[in-house]
Amino acid sequence: MQLKTINDYLQLFWSFFKIGAFTFGGGYAMISLFQREVVERKKWVEEKEFLELLAIAQSAPGPIALNTAIFTGYKTKGVWGSVAAAFGMALPSFMAILLIVYFFTDFKEQPDVERVFKGIRPAVVALIVAPLWKMGKTAGISLKTIWIPAGVILLIALLGVSPVYVILGTILAALCSVILKRS
Amino acid sequence: MIFWQLFITFLKIGALGFGGGYAMLSLIQFEVVERYQWLTAAGFTDIVAISQTMPGPIAFNCATYIGYAATGSVWGSVLASVAVCIPPFIIMLTICRFFVIFKGNPYMRRVLAFIKPVAIGLIGAAAVMLITPQNFSDAISFIIFGVVLLAQLFLKKISPIVLIVAAGVGGYLLY
Repeated sequence: MQLKTINDYLQLFWSFFKIGAFTFGGGYAMISLFQREVVERKKWVEEKEFLELLAIAQSAPGPIALNTAIFTGYKTKGVWGSVAAAFGMALPSFMAILLIVYFFTDFKEQPDVERVFKGIRPAVVALIVAPLWKMGKTAGISLKTIWIPAGVILLIALLGVSPVYVILGTILAALCSVILKRS
Repeated sequence: MIFWQLFITFLKIGALGFGGGYAMLSLIQFEVVERYQWLTAAGFTDIVAISQTMPGPIAFNCATYIGYAATGSVWGSVLASVAVCIPPFIIMLTICRFFVIFKGNPYMRRVLAFIKPVAIGLIGAAAVMLITPQNFSDAISFIIFGVVLLAQLFLKKISPIVLIVAAGVGGYLLY
């Protein structure tokens, strides 16, 4: 009994360690990996639950990959299961970045490396801009609602308002609108 | 003191990071670059580039890197990485427990509907804040920006990792 339980936690840890190690380029990239390992191989989550799980993981704050790990771990083994899964998910990225940090701080002073990064920096900005169009379409942004993202950009990037207030304000506005509708 | 600031900052980022990796960037950038000045805008851009070529969520990668950069110690990395996980843990476990109630809740649904267009603005703001003289030093920068943007929009199969590596090679050859 005892041994079997430990084995369950280890399996959760190991599955999410693998997912964490091969998730390059942010949360959306891990969806197909997750589906293969957790839904098809281990069957911890059913196919029809999977879409609901994704919806929750995307709408809750925090990284999507972490949220899916917490959900799966909780569902199979309770709170400690979610700790094991989240730890597995986080560990590869933690180790990779620490290696880079040790290596990178001296490494970055070299003029050749600086040239490489001079080329990379504008590319990073382009990669952030690229998904906006598609995301705007899925979120149902039209000419009538374009002022919302435009206003957010204005507030944060040009007027220096903290995103914290923008997010809290949005939550408050949503709650007020439901209350007003009811009364 | 700096450890405490780091902990609170990443707790905040974990709690308010709606809309996935890119939408969290403006939040991280605002706290880390503008407010506490643990990093410059160019240094932050380098981390985003590194995060995209490394495994794992961008928020984790940023926490680990910034934790080290701000304190010069591995414990800073550990602290920031743990802090960024705590709020999602509490929130996700609560949602799992009361899933059925949350699903039909009109307040919850309205909050999610309102957050969607705002998250797009958050990503846009992250991009605008990164258009700095350090990141765009000359005409070559704008050419790289344009080429990568077009490639990402129209060549769906190219991975961002390939584009970052190509831009790095381009920078090495052109500068």
